[in-house]
Amino acid sequence: MADKIATRQAYGEILAQLGTENENIVVLDADLSGSTQTKVFAKAHPGRFFNIGIAEQNMYAIAAGLAVSGKTVFASTFAMFASGRAYEIIRNSIGYPHANVKICATHAGLTVGEDGASHQCNEDLALMRAIPGMTVLNPADSPSAKKLIRAAAELDGPVYVRLGRAAVPVFYNDDQEFEIGKGVCLKDGSDCTVIATGVMVAEAMEAAEKLAEEGISLRVIDMHTIKPLDEEIILKAAKETKGIVTAEEHSVMGGLGSAVAEVTAKNCPVPMRMIGVQDVFGQSGKPAELMAAYGLTAADIAAAVKDLLK
Amino acid sequence: MTVLNESYSQLEKRANDIRQDIVRMLHAAGSGHPGGSLSAAEIAAVLFFKEMNLDPENPKMPERDKFVLSKGHAAPVLYAALAERGYFPKEDFMTLRKLGSKFQGHPDMKKVPGVEMSTGSLGQGISAAVGIALAGKLDNAPGRVYALLGDGEIQEGIVWEAAMAAAHYKLDNLTAIVDWNGIQIDGRNEEVMTITPIKEKFESFGWAAFDADGHDVKSIDEALQKAKAVKGQPAVIVAKTIKGKGVSFMEDTNAWHGKAPNNDELKQALEELGGEL
Repeated sequence: MADKIATRQAYGEILAQLGTENENIVVLDADLSGSTQTKVFAKAHPGRFFNIGIAEQNMYAIAAGLAVSGKTVFASTFAMFASGRAYEIIRNSIGYPHANVKICATHAGLTVGEDGASHQCNEDLALMRAIPGMTVLNPADSPSAKKLIRAAAELDGPVYVRLGRAAVPVFYNDDQEFEIGKGVCLKDGSDCTVIATGVMVAEAMEAAEKLAEEGISLRVIDMHTIKPLDEEIILKAAKETKGIVTAEEHSVMGGLGSAVAEVTAKNCPVPMRMIGVQDVFGQSGKPAELMAAYGLTAADIAAAVKDLLK
Repeated sequence: MTVLNESYSQLEKRANDIRQDIVRMLHAAGSGHPGGSLSAAEIAAVLFFKEMNLDPENPKMPERDKFVLSKGHAAPVLYAALAERGYFPKEDFMTLRKLGSKFQGHPDMKKVPGVEMSTGSLGQGISAAVGIALAGKLDNAPGRVYALLGDGEIQEGIVWEAAMAAAHYKLDNLTAIVDWNGIQIDGRNEEVMTITPIKEKFESFGWAAFDADGHDVKSIDEALQKAKAVKGQPAVIVAKTIKGKGVSFMEDTNAWHGKAPNNDELKQALEELGGEL
């Protein structure tokens, strides 16, 4: 784990590249192009970049209009304002007509840091996965973000991509392949499974190393696609290990943990623990401090695994 | 090119036929929105039978003009106009609002040919129309984009976000029309939330704005020509109308914003419109 790169940075780079390959791609932003990194595309393809100003609702309805006119549209702002403020526009003008809009939302979760609770969106996965036909992605690092965003561009329909502000460890090689809807088993194990998404994947890998020293064999799955969910990999883990711990930088209500539990409850009930933000708002602080304060670290995952195996 | 360019007397007859179909389909549905559908009959007639370049045989014709019904609850006026124009047989829309019907309570672009955008949640249609017009600019498309808004609808903040963006990007291929019938569900606009002055609001947002008598096909046509001649900015037509126009007991009242006629009411409405049951 040498380099640390934010997934939003990977987004800016791949988006500019996709724009070169595909002249049909149009990009919108709501006065945050420097933060979301759509500025990289704007610089490379100024004729196909439109700043809509601080008007997220309008941006997503304009995105829908461009998409129904045949464009592949990427529209970015912070996760809070995309999934939150513009929710009903995304639901009715993008989701309902199944418009080809990629909602690439950055600054998701607690790792926003010092900006505090008003900007720390811990509910976006829950909101977005409830929309029929919406694909929901949450890449864990830079290489996987690039591959998944490319796959999103090739998919005809609405996609929500959850991206982060903070630099996160790079642990995939550039030749690793990703398929939307197929989780990646990063490490095999027989005692317990951690299904993690986004920044929590690196924490889960660290937890697995710690637990190995104590003789506990942990399986680690990167669930980069929250919807459609890879039921096969979940049920395999449910059958082959003693239980499942989910880990997400998101509320424990409605996100990855809930989605996994929906699958196990119906098909193969197993003991579960859910690592995530409890039913509370965040606060200002450094990302690492916040992750510790809200129980989202490798140590928290390891403790949950031990509790499950007790 | 398939612009019909019908005469004013033909357009008046089209508007009347559209009105008859509106009350027929709403009666069959048993619910829906007659007031704001009837108020837009002449506007729809002029757009679909004189102004817009459309091909019902090829609804996705690339060079077509595009109509977005931002006031999506007036779906009956759109369905009636599309059927009148030949997109589908008139008996089809008699399934309006029934389970399994293509003719949803609010327009669904995935189901009905000629519907350019799924609408219903107010304010989103004009914003999507800005996106459609922007795509038209990117593609150098010859077609224009028309969006019909309700008067109450312009209370939605997104309308003004869209207005700002349309002017910023100089979308002179976009014409918005406000169906100013003065009444929304809860009552008269000025009792619920004052919207005037409408024209000056749009002008201050950078639009060219024109008045029209929304029940005079010549007045609507002339305003559309003025709007089309504007360069470098979007245009809006504030069309003064009467809610429920053409059916005496539905006129100028919020009681018929969202209620379907019963058998007797349908009979009377059709009598007044010179139609048959």
